[in-house]
Amino acid sequence: MALRQIAFYGKGGIGKSTTSQNTLAALVEMGQKILIVGCDPKADSTRLILNTKLQDTVLALAAAKGSVEDLELDDVMKIGYKGIKCTEAGGPEPGVGCAGRGVITAINFLEENGAYEDVDYVSYDVLGDVVCGGFAMPIRENKAQEIYIVMSGEMMALYAANNIAKGILKYAHSGGVRLGGLICNERQTDRELELAEALAKRLGCKMIHFVPRDNIVQHAELRRQTVIQYAPDCQQADEYRQLAQKIHDNCGKGVIPTPITMEELEEMLLEFGIMKSDEQALAELEAKTKKGAA
Amino acid sequence: MPQNALKIKDHIDLFNDPEYLEIFKRKRAEFEDMPSDDEVAKQAAYINSVEYREKNLAREALVINPAKACQPVGAAYCSAGFEGTLAFTHGSLGCAAYFRSHLSRHFKEPSAMVCSAMTEDAAVFGGLNNMIEGLANAYALYKPKMIAVHTSCMAEVIGDDLNSFIIQSREKGSIPEDFPVAFAHTPSFVGSHVVGYDNMMKSILSNFWEGKERKPGKGVNIIGGFDGYGVANAREIKDIIATMGIEGTLLSDVSDVYDTPADGSYRMYDGGTSLADTAKSLDAKATLSLQEWCSDKTLDYAKSKGQEVATFNYPIGLSGTDEFLMKLSQLTGKPIPESIARDRGRLVDAIEDSLAWIHGKSFSIFGDPDFVLGMTRFVMELGGEPLHLLCTNGNADWETKMKELLASSPFGAMGQVWKGKDLWHMRSLLATEPSDYLIGSSYGKYLEKDTGVPLIRIGFPIFDRHHHHRFPTLFYKGGLRVLVTILDKIFDTIDEKTKVSGISYDLTR
Repeated sequence: MALRQIAFYGKGGIGKSTTSQNTLAALVEMGQKILIVGCDPKADSTRLILNTKLQDTVLALAAAKGSVEDLELDDVMKIGYKGIKCTEAGGPEPGVGCAGRGVITAINFLEENGAYEDVDYVSYDVLGDVVCGGFAMPIRENKAQEIYIVMSGEMMALYAANNIAKGILKYAHSGGVRLGGLICNERQTDRELELAEALAKRLGCKMIHFVPRDNIVQHAELRRQTVIQYAPDCQQADEYRQLAQKIHDNCGKGVIPTPITMEELEEMLLEFGIMKSDEQALAELEAKTKKGAA
Repeated sequence: MPQNALKIKDHIDLFNDPEYLEIFKRKRAEFEDMPSDDEVAKQAAYINSVEYREKNLAREALVINPAKACQPVGAAYCSAGFEGTLAFTHGSLGCAAYFRSHLSRHFKEPSAMVCSAMTEDAAVFGGLNNMIEGLANAYALYKPKMIAVHTSCMAEVIGDDLNSFIIQSREKGSIPEDFPVAFAHTPSFVGSHVVGYDNMMKSILSNFWEGKERKPGKGVNIIGGFDGYGVANAREIKDIIATMGIEGTLLSDVSDVYDTPADGSYRMYDGGTSLADTAKSLDAKATLSLQEWCSDKTLDYAKSKGQEVATFNYPIGLSGTDEFLMKLSQLTGKPIPESIARDRGRLVDAIEDSLAWIHGKSFSIFGDPDFVLGMTRFVMELGGEPLHLLCTNGNADWETKMKELLASSPFGAMGQVWKGKDLWHMRSLLATEPSDYLIGSSYGKYLEKDTGVPLIRIGFPIFDRHHHHRFPTLFYKGGLRVLVTILDKIFDTIDEKTKVSGISYDLTR
């Protein structure tokens, strides 16, 4: 099998790292050889696979040794759950330096030093929004072929998903990157599944899977484990297995997204009652004031 | 001292006139707050001490006078060696000016280059528009046959994606659909000019090789690597190809562009490896590189296309050249011709003639990784003893290879390998443990001034002497030239030393 590269993007705090690690743990059960490239300065993209937070990030070690050229691959690659290879780019403390450049440096280092050899899957887990060119590194030519956007029924998650689609569109015409689809991580907002499906339709992509909310995810996470490892027989583990199977079968089926304008997005949110129109909001406020006065 | 139009003093004499000396003295006393001569002498003695050397070698967070240039300099040099190729800096103007001046000061030739001139807004919004307009302008104004894009730090830090930008520029009509544009990401804060050379070479080759089917032939490609003597050495390489009668292509041939004749017409491009030959080079049986650390990725790439590859470390003298020629002969089935064997014999003869003057003398050497390796090997062949061998841009593999080389000969017993060190380290080394001579670039002149160790100028850059690059350093003929350069300095030094007493101030040596 040719090397398949995928990336997970999505709003910060949406459960990207949790979703990706659970999915990859399910993929490894299917006999796939996997490399994780964590592209988040927080370096938490491999915590559940390694059962501990990875300290030896590429950039931390490069800084300690003085130069990335002095690093060896073995220094930064750790083996986790069922042989999954784990690496973290790492990056600066909040408020200083350039995390985006860190992503470029780390990916270049891993590629040049043979980390991508002898694996079936490379998975990038990328922080928040595509805020600068560095965070778009995983979607450059010859990197991730499909992007999976993790989202939920909240307004900001939908904004972010649409923005990420815009980023993908920028690179899609000049390269091979495609939007694999949306993964909805349930937050139990109103009409969440419908909304996710509606957004997928507008973006011209698939709704890959709706991951229901289940507290067992938190229990597993507190133990620094994936659900697959912590409770392999539970319903939630099967949900991730389904998601993994769907991603596996989605090879080559990504699309060039059709992101929508801000106005269109807001209309959609109004339609689903997530956002209120100005008139609506004023009317409610007026009613409230009257009620207060009475 | 008043001057007139018939007798104008140049700066070398003028500023030694009493009125200027008075000004300098007053400036030091009144404005520079200069410590007393005693204090200065004390400090000067201290930085020449062993104690200071230890502190200096333990230095971690500061580099002083690194003996290397940055990636884009190597990338620009590499692209200049291809037919009608215009180097394009995607980034800021000041960087492009530095790359150009660095090359021009050495080769004493113009170094044409364009720049996408990114400014504050491009730093925020990305340099896509600069690329689109820059390519359109460069193509329309300078009519190149190929554009080779490298980057300055600014574009790298903000993560501009050259591949995507160039495709989008084509879509916008900046350049025709089939116009060749090679590109290499060359952040200056990673690697050095040797890495930049490698990146650009790989990019240019992949520009012509990708998507083509290789029809394995008998030819051999040769990569010279970044070389301050590239002009003359390119001619030597082509000479060997012609003399041996082999089908050979020198990839990146700067012999014309950095040595254009003054005949009234300015050439922005001249000579270079033709684009047709570059495309055909895919079919070659093998690609040989004369500089291992200038071709790491390129040779991996050539190998992936099914070619044989071999590396050499700047073959200056006898054994280095022997290995290269024998490999060439083995790959092509052609014997080494008598004329080349005679060149070898002449070099051996010359070495024998001068052996008494070099034998047992110690030499410190600094420069690029392959240069230091090749030079150290040659010095040992001449009977010299390498002492401090310093390479700012050498890696762990280089260090290993250096130590192996030194261990291979009794002349290497004193050799100390200094990886990743700079010229301020070299200053301490020479001050506390001097060698008889120092071999390196023009930057060594300050070490010569401070430590008294005579500098033999071989390397890159040579800014303060002219035309050295017009003479070769590689192979038997180049070895002869290097030998003469070393001997001239040795004899000059002896003359200087003996002229006062007159003892051994000899006519014949």
